[in-house]
Amino acid sequence: MTAYLVRRLVYAFLILIGVNLITFWLFFKVNTPDDIARLQLGAKRVTPDAIAKWKAERGYDKPLLYNGSAEGAKRFTETIYFEKSVAMFMLDFGRADDGRDIWFEIRNRAGPSLAVQVPVFIVGLGVNVSFALLLALFRATRFDFASQVFLVAMMSISSLFFIIAGQYVFSKLWHLVPISGYAGGADAFKFLVLPVAIGIFGSLGGATRLYRTIFIEEMGRDYVRTARAKGMSELVVLFRHVLGNGMIPILTGVVVVIPGLFVGSLLTESFFGIPGLGSYTIEAIQAQDFGVVRSMVFIGSVLYILGLVLTDISYTIVDPRVRLDT
Amino acid sequence: MNFMVVVLWTDVLLFILLAVCLAYARHAARRPHLRAPWARMARSASGMAAATVLSAFALIGVLDSLHYRPLIEAKPGVPGPARYAVEVRSVLDLVIQGVLGPMAGKSEKTYSAPLATHAFSRENIERPGPDGKPRQVREYPRLANGGAHLKDPAREWAADVATHAVRGMVFGFIAWLALAFVLLGAYAANHQEDGGIAGVWGDAWSGRGRLPWRSILITLLVICLCAGVAATLGSRYHLLGTDKVGQDVLYLALKSVRTALIIGTLTTLVMLPMGVLLGIAAGYFGGWIDDAIQYVYTTLNSIPGVLLIAASVLMMQVAIDANPGWFATAAERADFRLLCLCFILGMMSWTGLCRLMRGEALKLRELEYVQAARAFGVSRLAIIVRHILPNVMHLVIISAVMDFSGMVLTEAVLSYVGVGVDPSMSSFGSMINAARLEMSRDPMVWWSLAAAFFFMLALVLAANLFADAVRDAFDPRLSPKRRRRGLLAKASA
Repeated sequence: MTAYLVRRLVYAFLILIGVNLITFWLFFKVNTPDDIARLQLGAKRVTPDAIAKWKAERGYDKPLLYNGSAEGAKRFTETIYFEKSVAMFMLDFGRADDGRDIWFEIRNRAGPSLAVQVPVFIVGLGVNVSFALLLALFRATRFDFASQVFLVAMMSISSLFFIIAGQYVFSKLWHLVPISGYAGGADAFKFLVLPVAIGIFGSLGGATRLYRTIFIEEMGRDYVRTARAKGMSELVVLFRHVLGNGMIPILTGVVVVIPGLFVGSLLTESFFGIPGLGSYTIEAIQAQDFGVVRSMVFIGSVLYILGLVLTDISYTIVDPRVRLDT
Repeated sequence: MNFMVVVLWTDVLLFILLAVCLAYARHAARRPHLRAPWARMARSASGMAAATVLSAFALIGVLDSLHYRPLIEAKPGVPGPARYAVEVRSVLDLVIQGVLGPMAGKSEKTYSAPLATHAFSRENIERPGPDGKPRQVREYPRLANGGAHLKDPAREWAADVATHAVRGMVFGFIAWLALAFVLLGAYAANHQEDGGIAGVWGDAWSGRGRLPWRSILITLLVICLCAGVAATLGSRYHLLGTDKVGQDVLYLALKSVRTALIIGTLTTLVMLPMGVLLGIAAGYFGGWIDDAIQYVYTTLNSIPGVLLIAASVLMMQVAIDANPGWFATAAERADFRLLCLCFILGMMSWTGLCRLMRGEALKLRELEYVQAARAFGVSRLAIIVRHILPNVMHLVIISAVMDFSGMVLTEAVLSYVGVGVDPSMSSFGSMINAARLEMSRDPMVWWSLAAAFFFMLALVLAANLFADAVRDAFDPRLSPKRRRRGLLAKASA
């Protein structure tokens, strides 16, 4: 286990360097800091002095990858790439264009994001798995057929429509919950109930259909036939055998998203005005704040890699055949 | 020549894709083992109904991909070279203009409700008062084009709408009869044993026949009726209303179809070669090649998708803004942006397919026939082309059709985030985005949203059903026995 974790950690570090290189290439090589400065300062009537000042303020006034004017190892360390990357690995993301500390913002905004995403994840998983089990139990009946039609239709509707329709019906027409906004403490409930419900509803179609296929495939296996032949009731077969074994493929897709819950959902947060990381990212994209976008890419990758490791570990828990130390 | 043909990059790629599909169809039709799964697919009622809807959308998309620039009428007596309008138009524009007449395009000042005769909001209008002096009145002005033929809208409107709707349906029904006759006739000519066109027609409605003609014909009827009503009512009213700048929403929705189709298909075109080749190379060669390819796709996968897309699009935007000289017209710039978006989406989404291909190639290379080929000294490239590639093709086809609908939905989200297609290009995403801003208006402006909803639902639902049918027909894990059982289950349901 320890050896596995060490190996994973080294691999994770390599991948993060890869991510860093890609984002660096995107942000600095395709468009030089000069281009970005010109964009930020406004395309016209920009003096070279203003650009130089803008670059110096943000530490962009160095060569990109290789500093010919420096000596020894400093040829590689006194560059934008090295300085920005090292800072990022130390979780020092610098300041956003509006002057605020990015890491401070991220810590503040992770809470609201989690407040939406965790209920969506837990309740959603419960709803999807139970619905899928129900469909597997009543497979090839009218109920199953009707539900399948419903699920395919749900899959075909853009999540934007769910959000817009939900806001219109529940907030504007029936005045049950505020349209958007957020408050801490107990007040949070009334702001969160609609985004959470829509988040669960929106994921229903695809996930339930996938799980139903998994369960039905599992029900065709020999051990299930044996269990039935022993005289076990269909419900016992379903819950003890099919659910347990079906969880293995389900885990593959599910555990990997758990760390990503921090980052939040771009759409939900920006529609409902929840001050989480999702809306932070969207605002940064719209304001073309490259520092923030780069930091969010980095954090997102770290969390994804964490998810991969968690997935491997969870396999050893649900599937005794899998061992990590081999 | 009173027009100049304009060939945009996406047009070229779309027609190449079309040619590839046709070539594949010819290739597959001659080989029984390739034909069998498609024949199986053709027996699925929902799959064929979906294919009918998709064909209708594809027709719109193809017509909208034939672009030209009309000639500007030269002033009489002024010699000089011919000049062409900067506005790029398509054959679809011509067709819509021909059918809808003055309703097509931007013909009102601002919002108007579907089938309305009056504008959506009040305006100050000068009118002669009872004493003869002009007086300011606040009222709903008549629309410039929508329902302009009515003298007294309050009285005539309902009857007029009803007559034209019925007339449209009759036209649609006649068109449907003609289409059905042509289709069934062509089918009957190729299948003499089914008893000619009358036999096929009879089989269709009793649900016998080898093809699910009933579902195809019913879908076709619905499409024809909609088109008929759209043609008759749409040429007199704004059938789906107008948007903020007075554009006909029906026209906008039809123009958005091409954008959605391009995003769905060209992205696949970018993704397939990368995913297939790299995946097979990783699985078949193993060793450091496998390690390198796995490293690349894990890295790409670990960057949050929307963020990477957003970052790439932002960068592309900076590059486009910095080089205005690259493009002759706004349409070319918008088209370049669309093409870049397809490339970016494709670069993000090949990883799933690559992993699938790698696993499959790992399995296949251990099989006896591949080992035999290796023992005979067949080169590695030849083994891949001759033995591996044909045996993963079914997975490629399945994942290509499965990804299509996801891409269409992604486009809407990206346009909302502000990193989608060019604002000058109509797309479902920008329609939703524009409509969203009017949510708080009272009474609500619901029609652009509804139009985008129904067009997208029709397109994506059809794509999903088609993908399901293709998967059922191609997936070897569904053995013939289980397939029969599935059919029985469906029949009993």
